[in-house]
Amino acid sequence: MTQQTRNRLIAVVSLLVAGAGLALVAFGNIGENLVYYWRPSEMVAQGEKAYGPTIRLGGQVQPGSIQWNEQHTTLHFRVMDDEQPGAAAVLVRTTEVPPQMFRERIGVVVEGTFDKSQVFEGSRLMVNHSNEYRAPKTDEDVKKMFEEMQKQEATTAAARTP
Amino acid sequence: MSDLLKTVLQVGSAVAALASVGLGVWLGVKWAPPRSRVNARPVLLGMAALALALLVLGNWMGLVWTPSEREMGDVYRIIYVHVPAMWMAMLALVVNFACCVGYLLKTSWKTDALAEATAEVGLLFGTYGLVLGAIWGKPTWGTYWDWDPRLTAMAIMLVTYVAYMALRRFVEDPEKRAVWSSVVGIISFVNLPIVWFSVKWWRSLHQVQSTPKTVDPDMTLALRVNAWASLILLTLFLLHRYRTALATREAEVALPEALPTDVPGPNRASEVA
Repeated sequence: MTQQTRNRLIAVVSLLVAGAGLALVAFGNIGENLVYYWRPSEMVAQGEKAYGPTIRLGGQVQPGSIQWNEQHTTLHFRVMDDEQPGAAAVLVRTTEVPPQMFRERIGVVVEGTFDKSQVFEGSRLMVNHSNEYRAPKTDEDVKKMFEEMQKQEATTAAARTP
Repeated sequence: MSDLLKTVLQVGSAVAALASVGLGVWLGVKWAPPRSRVNARPVLLGMAALALALLVLGNWMGLVWTPSEREMGDVYRIIYVHVPAMWMAMLALVVNFACCVGYLLKTSWKTDALAEATAEVGLLFGTYGLVLGAIWGKPTWGTYWDWDPRLTAMAIMLVTYVAYMALRRFVEDPEKRAVWSSVVGIISFVNLPIVWFSVKWWRSLHQVQSTPKTVDPDMTLALRVNAWASLILLTLFLLHRYRTALATREAEVALPEALPTDVPGPNRASEVA
């Protein structure tokens, strides 16, 4: 066997190995065993198995659920599966400072623990961004954003006062 | 900026970059091999000037001309460097894969030299893009780093190409080095499609790829100008590194026996003393 033939054989074998590796990752359902986060419904469905270990909970912040306790500097909000009415939601409590983009309906990933009190203790709060990049279009848009912010402030303020 | 000017920019930056790539290929063939008599100076200076001009323009567009983003404000502007850097890394590593396969199919020092060049420059752009991504992650996600599928796959990919480069340094026999590193290059390449599709296959913190549909036209234009500028830079970097690699390879292959033997002489004794 000449060196050239040997090299070509090596090429074919390494391409096969590489292809097999890629196919394993792509079609081997690795994602089913290695999940970056659980959605609220999935976490609740785990039952007692979810109690204790540090896990990640991912979903959207339920509108109207954000409560900021100034005295104890704790943040409460509910994470829901999606925007559908009746979607599963889990209450999260955290003392973390939320990222600037944190608001209603935004995607969040919270790292923490869950227990039988059904409150998720978040030790890390992350926010994710969609793949959309848009300019704030008109004055009208800015006005709407501001009004929404005020409305949100009012609801959280109402929730704060006992 | 008028629509006409935008179209000129759109087409002009693409033509400038693709012409530079063409010139780069030509220089790679004619000028990069040792003892070439081609005077590349004017062309190289022209390409560098073009890259610089597009970079300045692209940065101005990204920092000043484009509006801020609806949700992220000004922080999003890092997209104009993060995304081009990652694209260039991917492009360089695709070429690396082609060279690795090409070398095994048909032995050539040129293919080996280009494989070395693309791996190093790809690693450079990839690391740069990863650091920029982490800097972007802090204000938007709330963290510099998390082990989500995209970030993990990218980190693994960078580590495998560091391993590729380490292997090249460890193996002294040029032929063995070329064959072994080609195998490592082919296997390492598995990670590239995984990095690309990770955001579609699995849940992650990183969002899926944006398309011109999900990005405002002005932002897309600014991103493209920056990407084309990066492509010229990539071409220049690759050209330089390829030329050095070819010269090194020639020195190694031409003089395997001519290296000075390791005789302890008076010089060495005086060094120790």
